[in-house]
Amino acid sequence: MSLQDIALVSFGYFENEFLEKVAGEISRDFQFQVRIKEGHMDLSEFYDPARRQYNGNSLLKEVDSRFGGDSLKTFGLFNVDLFIPILTYIFGQAFLNGRSGIASVYRLSNERYGMKLDEKLLLDRTVKEVVHELGHTFGLLHCHNPSCVMRSSTYVEDIDQKNTGLCSACRSKIDFLNL
Amino acid sequence: MSKKISILIVDDEDSVRDSLYNWFIEDGYRVECAENAKKALQILESEDFDIVLADIKMPGMDGLEMLRRIKTLRKDSIVIVMTAFATVDTAVQALKDGAFDYVTKPFDPDDLSHLIRNASKLISLAEENEVLREKVVALDNTEDLIGNSEAMRLVLKEVESVAQSNSSVIITGESGTGKELIAKVIHANSPRKYFPFVIVHCGALSESLLESELFGHEKGAFTGAMYNRKGRFEMADSGSIFLDEISTISTKMQVELLRVLQSKSFVRVGGNKEITSDFRVICATNRDLKSMVDEGSFREDLYYRLNVVNINIPPLRERTDDIPLLVDYFIKKYCTSMNRPPISIDPAALQRLQEFKFPGNIRELENMIERAIVIGNGRKITLKDLPLEKNVVGSSFESLDDLEKNHIHQILTKYSWNISRAAKALDVDRVTLYNKIKKYDLKPAL
Repeated sequence: MSLQDIALVSFGYFENEFLEKVAGEISRDFQFQVRIKEGHMDLSEFYDPARRQYNGNSLLKEVDSRFGGDSLKTFGLFNVDLFIPILTYIFGQAFLNGRSGIASVYRLSNERYGMKLDEKLLLDRTVKEVVHELGHTFGLLHCHNPSCVMRSSTYVEDIDQKNTGLCSACRSKIDFLNL
Repeated sequence: MSKKISILIVDDEDSVRDSLYNWFIEDGYRVECAENAKKALQILESEDFDIVLADIKMPGMDGLEMLRRIKTLRKDSIVIVMTAFATVDTAVQALKDGAFDYVTKPFDPDDLSHLIRNASKLISLAEENEVLREKVVALDNTEDLIGNSEAMRLVLKEVESVAQSNSSVIITGESGTGKELIAKVIHANSPRKYFPFVIVHCGALSESLLESELFGHEKGAFTGAMYNRKGRFEMADSGSIFLDEISTISTKMQVELLRVLQSKSFVRVGGNKEITSDFRVICATNRDLKSMVDEGSFREDLYYRLNVVNINIPPLRERTDDIPLLVDYFIKKYCTSMNRPPISIDPAALQRLQEFKFPGNIRELENMIERAIVIGNGRKITLKDLPLEKNVVGSSFESLDDLEKNHIHQILTKYSWNISRAAKALDVDRVTLYNKIKKYDLKPAL
């Protein structure tokens, strides 16, 4: 247990190698050690049968209350389709200036859009989404720089347009990265 | 984003408010929430929001009623209504009541982003428009109307009183007296000032061109009509149209013009759709329209339709008191545009300008000053910088006889009183010249 690290908690099946690569990228961007943990919870509680999706708001609160607190930031990685009541879907979400965030790989995979699986692209997209949501937990808002990872992405193609890292303006807003 | 856009979310469901709140906060907007319409109206009474995102179905007052009330509070508010139960009727009703848009829950994240971006763009444009309007008003003031003479004060008084009305105006005056400027000032001080001021130089266009220019044309109406084109009357909708040199239009165009002025509607050349336009007509002419009516070259009914108010601008020679002010104004204008330090004018040169008749009026004076600044020494305008020698008509040369006498004297002096050479230069025979010398009692200078 350390308040100086970031916990990456996986829910559902993920390859270890995939999680390690994601963790490595987070560590590189935020300069914190990243611990990979396996999370267990009954996702059926968060399932909305009418929408056939999982409620992102409730999941975020659950991750925060059950898994947060041991680390500086806690991030839940899922492989189910997430929604919030007002939107048809979300890639992920986080508490602005809070300690937790979540994301799902469900809509990040090429296969979801009738294309061939591209593992590298999936990893890239996942890293960008996780770093983006973690950025919010560090107080960052959406950035207008097209290549910055904090740029808002509503389609998966938007994610592909940006880099995996923070732009210098966003980086300068996070004090500890400037030490 | 030039300023932080503020959004008020009104929805009775906590989860919807929270979701939207988090979504917009991450985008950098200022966000507040209200759980019902009553609370929202209370917030709006004390605070302005750029965008209100409101649910239609709420307990108590519904979203449509709230929309109507918001519109009475702030007419230009952007209200977006949301509902989980979309019906065409409610959507149409919301839009009729002034909603910016209507969305069905849940919406696509991209749609939401687009919606808010479009609304933000509209807000930025409205703000920019406001700033530009202020700038235009500042530009279109009467500063360019120079003159403190009694004659000009009278003109300005007339302009002021006529500007507020919708009446047609005819501005008369010699060429170069500033008729177009007066028309601009009338428009700029009228309630139509935020709408177009369209100028048509009737004298410069042939009958068919003028027709197409005024009424517009449809694609293929004539050879070269490649596209549909709006006419000047259409462009001047809600504004003013200035018809310069109205006396030059043909009899056919006079009939057309009369019809348009009466009905405020017309058909494009080659078209068949009636187009209506609300414009004010301001005309100008340097001819005496009344005598043209008497001669039969200008329609009497059109004359009376146009001549509701007549403003006559006096020629410059009748307001010589304004010449020093005008000279000063043009010196400043051209020194600034030529990026030169301000210069002065020699009192003798100014005196000569005040004695000059200026057949070309203010335009001629302006050109003279511009030329003097270009060719002068850059410090002071002197007599030699002004092209007055040939055309000078001093106050002592009122009559044609005076002019002739002066001219003959100048030529005789130039040729040292050699009668043969002077007669040849004047293109008269020697006897005529002797008679003129005798008539005007001309003598060589001692």
